[in-house]
Amino acid sequence: MSQRVVIPAPLRRFTAGTDLVEVDATTLNEVLDKLEAKYPGIRGGICESSGSLRRFINIYVDGEDVRFLNDLATPVKDGTEVAIVPAIAGGL
Amino acid sequence: MSFVKGLKCRECAREYPTKLLAGCDECFGPLEVDYDYDAIRRSISRDTIESRSKSIWRYQELLPLDSKPVIGLGTGGTPLVRATRLGRVLGIDNLYLKNDSVNAPTLSFKDRVTAVAINKAIEFKLEAVGCASTGNLANSTAANAAAAGLPSFILVPENLEQAKITATSIYGARLFKVRGNYDDVNRLCTQIADRYPWGLVNVNLRPFYAEGSKTFGYEIAEQLGWRVPDAVVVPMAGGALISKIHKGFKELDRLGWLESPSNARIYGAQALGCNPIVDAVKRRTRDIRPVKPNTIAKSLAIGNPADGYFAAGIIAETGGWAEDVTDPEIVAGIRLLAETEGIFTETAGGVTVAVAKKLVEHAHIKWGDVTVLAITGNGLKTQDAVQLADAPVIEAKLAAFEAAIATRAGAVA
Repeated sequence: MSQRVVIPAPLRRFTAGTDLVEVDATTLNEVLDKLEAKYPGIRGGICESSGSLRRFINIYVDGEDVRFLNDLATPVKDGTEVAIVPAIAGGL
Repeated sequence: MSFVKGLKCRECAREYPTKLLAGCDECFGPLEVDYDYDAIRRSISRDTIESRSKSIWRYQELLPLDSKPVIGLGTGGTPLVRATRLGRVLGIDNLYLKNDSVNAPTLSFKDRVTAVAINKAIEFKLEAVGCASTGNLANSTAANAAAAGLPSFILVPENLEQAKITATSIYGARLFKVRGNYDDVNRLCTQIADRYPWGLVNVNLRPFYAEGSKTFGYEIAEQLGWRVPDAVVVPMAGGALISKIHKGFKELDRLGWLESPSNARIYGAQALGCNPIVDAVKRRTRDIRPVKPNTIAKSLAIGNPADGYFAAGIIAETGGWAEDVTDPEIVAGIRLLAETEGIFTETAGGVTVAVAKKLVEHAHIKWGDVTVLAITGNGLKTQDAVQLADAPVIEAKLAAFEAAIATRAGAVA
């Protein structure tokens, strides 16, 4: 059981520049816990102090926005890709 | 000479120097260009602006370039049309249309933003530019990149209208149709911006790009005699335009150039099939719940609007409102505008007209309100959206013509 987590540029200051991190988890919440264990402080870059996702961050589990799934309780499988993407692009 | 002080996070107010940057490193919030308004006030006046040619560059001190623009010189200066006939149908006495369906070079308001972004890319000496787009931005980025001699990499949703595909590829752009909706395209584009040293106009050039939209607001105010209207109706996709029109009005106010205070009520328009910002406004919150778009208004089909939070805030703060309309109402809006004012707009314009009708019906906009509708794109690009009866074929004989008009053949269904 392992998942690949794609780290965006602004969060690579926590990961010593690494843009891809492997973790072993069963839910998105646990993915973030494992990330935090490896790279202390990174969770605070992703979540508010209340625990919910920051407003300008989107997380995609195998390409789907987790707000369409089960937010932080979204399950992850072996081989799942978790992409953390800043929500800063847009149109009209 | 530039009056730019730097970039500032709209969320946490952290400041950054002027550089290629997608968002705040601390909180991921969007960045905004900050100016030295006192210096601008000392340097230019309304008279200075009025003496210049009619393009977005007449407001150059309020745009984030360090040097003279070299492309997009004919962008902006579009007509503000007094719409008496449409006004009579909608029930608005003082109705105007800001008609960016005739903007240059690619017939949409997006020409304003790419003109700024691509000139900035030239200043930054970037080797290539690109964007994620629902169509109009693709056309405009491709055209202005060609004019600048820069390669462009453009990503659009797979289901885009053919006219918008052709009007991108023709400029020699590297165009990619991405499987999925705009939000999928956008996510990919953000990741590309992370990896390649290119200027993605709506990602890492976004703080500069977005400033171009302010000129839409400046022109409205100047064309009304340096007054802001009572009400403005603006189509919303990502929600950026509404924020920047508001910023434009506020800046003119701050510079002391307005005849009366900037107190326009700002109204947002979306399709029912993609209405996350309208939904937030109606729930009286700024927090956006993303949706999966399903509407003919493809240029507005952004289910996860990056600036939705700010758009909803500005609508509430200015005493405006937001409404959504069905696809048949959008088509009716396109036809109504064409038949009453002779302006053929794309689906986004149909959304704006149809929402304006609803806002009058619900008494948000009143008969005497000086009202401006933002017509942001051209109907020639979305012809598939309007299914009209085919024209009758007749013999080249006067008798055949007279027989045909007697049966009302050729009348629009």
